[in-house]
Amino acid sequence: MDAVICMALIELQNIYFQYPNCQKVLEGVNFSLDDGEKIGLLGGNGAGKTTLFHLILGLLVPDQGRVSIFGGYCGTETDFRKIRPRIGLLFQDPDDQLFCPSVIEDVAFGPLNMGMAHADARRRAVNTLESLGIRHLMDRVPYHLSGGEKRLVSVAAVLSMRPEVLLLDEPTTGLDQNMTDRLIGVLHEYPAKAWIVISHDQRLIDGLTEKNYLLDCGRVVSTS
Amino acid sequence: MTCERFASGNSILHRSDPRVKILLAAGFAVVTAVIETRTGQVLALLGGMILILSGGLLNRELFRRMAWVNFFLLMLWFILPVTTPGNAAAKIWSLDISREGLELALSVTLKCNAIVLANIALLSTSTIFAIAHALAHLNVPSRLVQLFFFSWRYFHVIYSEFRRLRRAAGVRGFEPATDMHTYMTYAHMIGMLFIRSLERGERVYKAMLCRGFDGTFWLLTHFHLHRRDFFLAFVSSAYILAIAGVEWL
Repeated sequence: MDAVICMALIELQNIYFQYPNCQKVLEGVNFSLDDGEKIGLLGGNGAGKTTLFHLILGLLVPDQGRVSIFGGYCGTETDFRKIRPRIGLLFQDPDDQLFCPSVIEDVAFGPLNMGMAHADARRRAVNTLESLGIRHLMDRVPYHLSGGEKRLVSVAAVLSMRPEVLLLDEPTTGLDQNMTDRLIGVLHEYPAKAWIVISHDQRLIDGLTEKNYLLDCGRVVSTS
Repeated sequence: MTCERFASGNSILHRSDPRVKILLAAGFAVVTAVIETRTGQVLALLGGMILILSGGLLNRELFRRMAWVNFFLLMLWFILPVTTPGNAAAKIWSLDISREGLELALSVTLKCNAIVLANIALLSTSTIFAIAHALAHLNVPSRLVQLFFFSWRYFHVIYSEFRRLRRAAGVRGFEPATDMHTYMTYAHMIGMLFIRSLERGERVYKAMLCRGFDGTFWLLTHFHLHRRDFFLAFVSSAYILAIAGVEWL
């Protein structure tokens, strides 16, 4: 190897994970995400795709193995707290992500946690909503929105933190084709360094990713 | 969800600073709870009603809530007159109805209605999020504030999960009856409810962590004391003091 260091944005080395009293989910996963990569993560139900995302962000702790984010080893909650604002995770169910009494507060929640001033956080939230074409939802109550609207608001909530890397967990579940196309458009316009998409939606995979990996029998294998 | 049905509106109470309202509600409740004269109690009830009117809250939902409160108070009217020792005011069968018992039941009813009305008017006119935020500003320990906020949040989640489960059972032809099948079904539902709520709660917490949550709650619209807040604080405190004054004069 040359002295040229190509720093991976996310690197998982030999990750093992098992839920209590359940079958092993991940058995020696090695995976890395480099700058500019747009990856699709495929695999059957219960293959451990979501688990992998949660391990990357330190929401779950691996039984064994090493997680490095932006070139630094992450082992403790303190390490993960630092990198979480830079990696945007979109949850499978938008209801898990939206809990504030109004859409604007939900979208500004992340920026405020990052220490932004109120006026700036608000401005950023409004801009983000506008870029997604949903500024009119600003003062609505999140639980009363339609499925598609909830999804777009949860995307706005993630993008308003301006993450460098996106982890999208089944972003189109429950969306019609029109909404799916809109989401693909929004994501292409967003200047992300890299992203990983979990989906069973071929249209989305074709529209968003350049390379696909398959998570099978607890390991990640390349399909292309 | 019934929690925030009064939270939207444009009255002086809706627009007032929740910090002021929390302090007033607490002051009102303490004074009303300890007063013993009938005049003071009636004044307190009147105060509660005035607050309700100034919040524009006189509607069906209010009556529904007050009906529940008074349903429980009704039980006191059955129990206190026959269990409190004192002068007999009347006799039903062989039971003495004591004057002191009736007085006591009336006191409790007046005080309780006054406090509930004032609390609805002062606290329900803010969103739960705003109340939680205001409590944090009033230096209530952060753990208590979070406990309060998440209880509400989980309550909402549990309630909607329960509705989903009941609907899912309903579409498969389940009709509650007094039999073993119904009890078993409800037991399963409640068990499932616990598991689902727990899992949902964990996912919500994880989502909050991902967005940099570190235990601090932020609110976009920050509180500033306006002239109307001073007005509300002044008028209400004066009224509370007047009630207390009646007691000691």
